[in-house]
Amino acid sequence: MKTVFEYTRGMLPVTTGYCPGCTHGIAHRILMEVLIERGTLGETIGVAPIGCSILSHNYLNVDMCESAHGRGPAVAAGIRRALPDKTIFTYQGDGDLASIGAGEIVHAAHRGEKFTTIFVNNAIYGMTGGQMAPTTLIGQKSTTGVDGRKKEVSGMPLRMAELLATIDGAVYVERVALDTPAHVRGAKAAMHRAFEIQEKRLGFSFVEVLSTCPTNWGLPPTAALKWLADNMIPYFPLGILRTPGEVK
Amino acid sequence: MAKKGIVKFDIDKCKGCELCVVVCPKHILKIHEHDVNIMGYHPISVSDEEQCIGCANCAVMCPDGVISVYTE
Repeated sequence: MKTVFEYTRGMLPVTTGYCPGCTHGIAHRILMEVLIERGTLGETIGVAPIGCSILSHNYLNVDMCESAHGRGPAVAAGIRRALPDKTIFTYQGDGDLASIGAGEIVHAAHRGEKFTTIFVNNAIYGMTGGQMAPTTLIGQKSTTGVDGRKKEVSGMPLRMAELLATIDGAVYVERVALDTPAHVRGAKAAMHRAFEIQEKRLGFSFVEVLSTCPTNWGLPPTAALKWLADNMIPYFPLGILRTPGEVK
Repeated sequence: MAKKGIVKFDIDKCKGCELCVVVCPKHILKIHEHDVNIMGYHPISVSDEEQCIGCANCAVMCPDGVISVYTE
């Protein structure tokens, strides 16, 4: 009998507290699979955000450090200076990274910090109960925008990957999605490239992962995958936005 | 002849989200109608394992590490 797939030992043997169908579980798993395949699991320090993944230190089998809301990149920059040989990542949601932490992520990219950021974008605030995030789509309903987001009131959704791709210190920027098995495998390949760039100390690497929030979108998990493909991917196009070759 | 796959479930971790059900190319996964697991969810089950090709699409999409896939 040949093994095709077994749950990675990078995940601790516990049941996560995430809602049924939440793609955080997929993002956690492929991140840990990448670290095991690169042989750096024991040498890695993660930085957890504020958001649903605040308790990810209970699930990820690596050393973790909690950060204040949005300040993950600042904490990771400090760890990089204290422990220059380690592999370091921050795992942040859109409420954490694109909203209150927008300053930290821009300046971490600007300084070309040698760590990797995994940005889980589900277009809504999950943990606090479905409020409008900077990435909420036009017309999308949230508890603080019950008639849907309006451009004249709240502006257009923020595209963080495109924003960071304009900064010279960010040498690798890619956007991936978790709506199909093919896209999940692509997301894993993107994380491999991001960690390779960190290991070569070329600069800041950033992977935006389009994700679902069935509970706060008010959809069954399978319909949420379709909603992601139909609504989010057209506004947040997938692909590599910047590679080291483009940076002078 | 196609490879014969074997799927194994850790049903007490299953939250019944059905992400695996919609990505199975052979449509052989379904949520169990009567059984409940330790968390109170109807867990995943396989209706016709003979048809499994071992592609592991279900396991790749499972957010909770319920599914392991093997081939003979």
